[in-house]
This record gives sequence, structure tokens and C-alpha cells, in this order.
Amino acid sequence: MKFYDVGDLAVRNLRESLFRNSLTTLGIAVGIASLVAMLSLGIGLQQLASRRLERSGLFDTVVVTSRRDFRGFRSEREENGPSPAESPFLDESARQRIEHLPGVLEAYPDIRFITELRLDDKPYLTMISGLPFSARNSDAFEGMQGTFFSSPTAPEIIVQKPFAEEVLGRTPKAGSDDMSVADLAKPLLSKEVTMRYAERMPSAGTAGTAGSMDAGSAAYSVVSRTQALKIVGVTDLDPESMRGAARARVFLPLQLAQNLHVIQPSDVRDTTRAFGSEAAYTTVSVRVKTPQHVQAVEAAIKKMGFNTFSIVDATRSLQRFFAVLDLFLGIFGSLALAVASIGIVNTLVMAILERRREIGIMKALGASDTDVKGLFFAEAAAMGCVGGAGGVALGWIIGRVINFGTNVYLRRQNFPPEQLWSVPLWLVLGAIAFAIVVSFLSGLYPAARAARLDPVQALRYE
Amino acid sequence: MASAVPDSSIAVRTENICRHFRMGETLVRAVDGISIEIRAGEFVALLGPSGSGKSSLLNLVAGLDRPTAGKVVVQGNDLAALSREQLAKYRLRTVGMVFQAFNLIPSMTLIENVELPLRFAEVDRRERPALARDALDRVGLGRRASHRPAELSGGEQQRASLARALINRPRLLLADEPTGNLDSRTGTEIMTLIHDFNQSLGMTVLMVTHEQALAERYAGRMVHLADGKLVDDRLNPAVGPSGGVA
Repeated sequence: MKFYDVGDLAVRNLRESLFRNSLTTLGIAVGIASLVAMLSLGIGLQQLASRRLERSGLFDTVVVTSRRDFRGFRSEREENGPSPAESPFLDESARQRIEHLPGVLEAYPDIRFITELRLDDKPYLTMISGLPFSARNSDAFEGMQGTFFSSPTAPEIIVQKPFAEEVLGRTPKAGSDDMSVADLAKPLLSKEVTMRYAERMPSAGTAGTAGSMDAGSAAYSVVSRTQALKIVGVTDLDPESMRGAARARVFLPLQLAQNLHVIQPSDVRDTTRAFGSEAAYTTVSVRVKTPQHVQAVEAAIKKMGFNTFSIVDATRSLQRFFAVLDLFLGIFGSLALAVASIGIVNTLVMAILERRREIGIMKALGASDTDVKGLFFAEAAAMGCVGGAGGVALGWIIGRVINFGTNVYLRRQNFPPEQLWSVPLWLVLGAIAFAIVVSFLSGLYPAARAARLDPVQALRYE
Repeated sequence: MASAVPDSSIAVRTENICRHFRMGETLVRAVDGISIEIRAGEFVALLGPSGSGKSSLLNLVAGLDRPTAGKVVVQGNDLAALSREQLAKYRLRTVGMVFQAFNLIPSMTLIENVELPLRFAEVDRRERPALARDALDRVGLGRRASHRPAELSGGEQQRASLARALINRPRLLLADEPTGNLDSRTGTEIMTLIHDFNQSLGMTVLMVTHEQALAERYAGRMVHLADGKLVDDRLNPAVGPSGGVA
């Protein structure tokens, strides 16, 4: 029998017992809906976590340290590669080499220092970090109040919410309502602050008094300076979340920080070893084209003899967690579908009993076992197809309702709304395909039973 | 007691065919060693009391059932050697069947019922309605094509069943008590139609009946069964070997 005829006869048969078949199809729809709702929640939560990580601005960043200096963030990984004594310096030429690696967008030194900011004649001690101008294109400052730096060397700063709260004396108490960034930004934007800092000034040729200077070594002076800076932005997101205690609460343009020659911890270290005229860095941040490049770039940098750390390491375990979560949600969601599949078997077995004589007639007229089997499979698949599509729609509605309810709750708790639920196209198509496959499998036994029917017995059946 | 006829013209041949089955402790010998040869174009009536094995023999020839012993050869095909799929093809192409209970599918209209074997034969769906309508016209039901079986009389249903049996132009028409559920006038109409097909299309007819008078009027040969055995096989002198109307 041709495919069209199998389909036509299947639809005709389904219409004959419309109520019962509709109930079976509804069972499949509920099963698929529960599966879709569960998985869409899992996917939504995963995307939410990924979004949060991406917004941190470090999702596509590799932090490089020298093995000569600190032990790195992941010292347990140091067993591969050169020993600290043999590893290279993390200096300007190393930075340039890293910048030329494939997949790397930029490699910039990490300039951060603790210093004093004065606002309205009040001093605030804080960690300040240089921020590359390219960061204006990342999501790290999404939702920031104010603007990004107007130029790579603009005397401007962006402050984090906790710093703004401290400056304004509005540190939230436990249990009290959180202040919005907009409220904090209003009194601070365009305000001028004065930064006191220590500038490193080269003083080549200076004769030492306490000891003789080595050939090739350098000396420098430390001069106290001030710099007026304008607050241009207040941000809630923390692009430095992975730096722990070293995270900055105030950002200024990296180029400006370099031009100011603010003394760095590495400068003190440089006085204890022979070094050239090149600047040496404690850490270099490497921004890659896409998060997919992180692994390859990390490997290449490690090969050069440096230590690396990236948030991808952390997200990998997060992805594992969500894979397990999705699996469990999928299993729970599939339980309803398993019950629905029993419904399909029941419906089709009932149909065989009811249509026993009809099957006998068809066989007497020349229908083959394959024709009869195909007919029952088509009926199962049709129920699966309609049930799958209906289930996806139902699951989508359930997801919307859960999302809506959660956001109502979040708003009441003064949290911004979140997209907790996501139904990607692959889930829609996959769920429908899964429903058809499950229905098809459920149809295996009834179809085989119908095909095996003895036509003589079937024709006797009343 | 098979008639001696040349092999080339044999439509159906059974060789010591048996169909035994168990019913509890009892072995039922529905067909018990029947050998018979039917010539192409013959109109043969299978007669006998209830339980004599007429329908069982017909089912074996139709390929609906398989013998427990012996051989059935139809149009040169040894049915025992055919697979289930081949047997289905045989039923589709070689055999047309008419039943006492008409066996039309109640949810389908007459034309859909008649079209059904064409679907199994994978005939182009654009050609099917015309073929089915022709078949219905031939049995005088052209104007009832869109009616469902429940809306028709028994005679009309049997005529539709006949149209369906002939739609794939089979060479062998097997009729199991075709007039059993009909009054004598309607039964005569049906028998006339079957006789016409036998005469005009040269179709071999094997008809089960317990009505001796009907057999004597239409069948060219009458085969009597009792307890699963062939007890009499003779030509009907009142009718020619390939059937005829008195």
C-alpha cells in the first residue's frame, strides 16, 4: 500500500473513534508538556547561569601569570611545563607574543592598586583597576547607569555599586530593601574625585649609597601625585568577580593608568632582580574572540611557560551540573510520557479487538502483513505527532506561567525579572520527534499483533 | 475422484489436502484428504451439510488458511510454498472473494469499499474512482456509490461485495454461501451476476452452497463433501461444464 493510502486509512480509522483517540492523544500531549516544561526550565536556568557568567566579562578572558612570581591561581596544574626558575618573564615582549596567538583579540596588563580617592574631602581607600577601552563593547556593563569612558585616556572612573553605597553612606543592612543602581548613580554621576597615587619615575644613573648597582639594573623614584577624575558610571555587575579579594571597586581607563605610571607590586620585586628596560607585569589579561577559543589559547600560553586561569574551567563543572540536572528533569518529565505510551498501547489493542473483522476483510482482499502493520504504525505516529505538537504548546504555556509567577515573586522581592525558562527550536522539534518515536514504539506490539491475526478467525469474529 | 482434464487448463488442483486442528482433546478433521482438479473457466459448486468442510476447503484455496498436509496449486502456484507476503499478493491478484455476510466495511461508502483492493494493489489514486464506479455500474449500483452499507439492502450489499471481488480482475472467484443471507429472488439476481461473470470473463468460480437447487441451476459441476471428505464429484448434465442457466 502506498504511503498516502496508509495515512488516509489511518486518519479515517482515528476519526471513527474520535473521543477515545483524542483522550489518548491528550495523554501524549500531557506527557510531552511535562517533558518540555521540565527541560525548558533546566535549559532556562543553564542559560541564566551562563548569561550571568558572560556578563562578568571574563567568560572570554584568560588571566596569565608568570611562574616566577606568584604560584598562580591553579598551582596544582603546574606540574606540566617548565619549572618556575626556567619559565619566562611576563614582560612586554611576552605580552606581545601572547597577543599574536591565534584567537586572541587583545592582551593587556593588569594594572591595579590600592589607593585613596577623595570625594567631598572625605578619603576612601579602595582597589582601583585599569579597564581596557574595548570593554565598552562587552556585556560587563550592561545596565550601567551613566556612560562608559569617553576616550581611552579620559580622566574618568566607573564605580561599583558597593563603593557607591559606601560613599553615599547607604550600605544596606541585612533584611532591608536593596537600593537600586539608578538611585545611587543620581548624586554621584559627574562628580569629581581626587585620586592620590604613587608614580614610578625612572631615575637612571642615580648613584646608590647603600650599595653598588649591578650593570643592567635600573632604579626609579617614587613620587606622590594627585589626579582629578570624573565619575561617569555606576555599575551593578561585577566584571571582576573571579578575582576574589583582589577585585577592584573602581575602574579607570587602562591607557590612562599606564600613562600615570602608578607603582605596581611588581616594581618592588624588580628591584631585587636584574631586569631590562621592559615593563614586567604581575598578570596579563587575554581576551579571546569567542569562549570556544579559551581552551586553545590557554594551552598555547601554558606551552610558553606561563600559568593561566579562565572562567571556562569553572563553567565546565557548571555545564556538567546542568547536564545532570537536565537528565533528571528529563527523566521526571518522561514518566508522564511513559504513562501516555501505555495509553497508546491500550488504545491500539482496543482498536484491534474492535476492528478484528475489518482486519480479516482487508487480509482476505489482499492486504499484506506490512500493510496492516503500517496502518497501525501510522495511527500511532499520527497520535504521537498531534500529541507532540500539542504537548510542546502546552509545555510552552506551562513554562510561561512558571516564568510569569516567578517574576511576580522576584519583583515583590525587589529583584529584577529573569528569563528562567527557555524553549529552543531543537527542544520543540526534538519533543515532537520523541513523541512520534515513543508512539511508534508503543505501536510495535499492537501492529505486530494485528499483522499476525489469522484472517479465517478474524472473519468469523462478530 | 478428480476429473481427468489436461494440466494446461487446470485452475485449481488439490492433492490429498488436509486441514486438521485440535479442539481441546479432540482432533477435528475439517478437510481430510481431498484431491480435486478444477478446470479454468469451470463453475463448480461445493455442496454438503454444515461442518462437511466446504468453507475450510474454500479458505485453503483462497490462501486464507494453510493445509496441515497435502498440496494446493492455483494457477500454477503451490500455495504452501508462498510466504505470507506472497500469499497476500496471491489473494490480491488471483482471487476474488464473496462472503455470506457480505463483509463490507461499514465506515466506508460503497465506492470506498470497492476501491479498497485497488489501494492494496497500489493503483494510482486518480484512476481508482473511475475503476470502482465502472465495477459498481456493472452490478447496477452506480447510483448508490456514496451510500454506506447500512443504507443498502442485503442484495445490494452482496452486489457491492461482488463488484469489490472483481475489481482487480481475478481469475478465480470464490464464493462462500453468497446467497445464504438473501431471499430467493435476490439470491437469483446474485447468482445471475456470478454466472454472467463466469461466462463473459471466463472466470473460474468455486462456490460453496448448501442449496442443491441453486447448484443444479448454475454450476456445471457439483462436488459433494461430507465429514471433510469428497463423497461425490460429477458434471451437471443440465448445465454445460463451464456453467449455464437452465
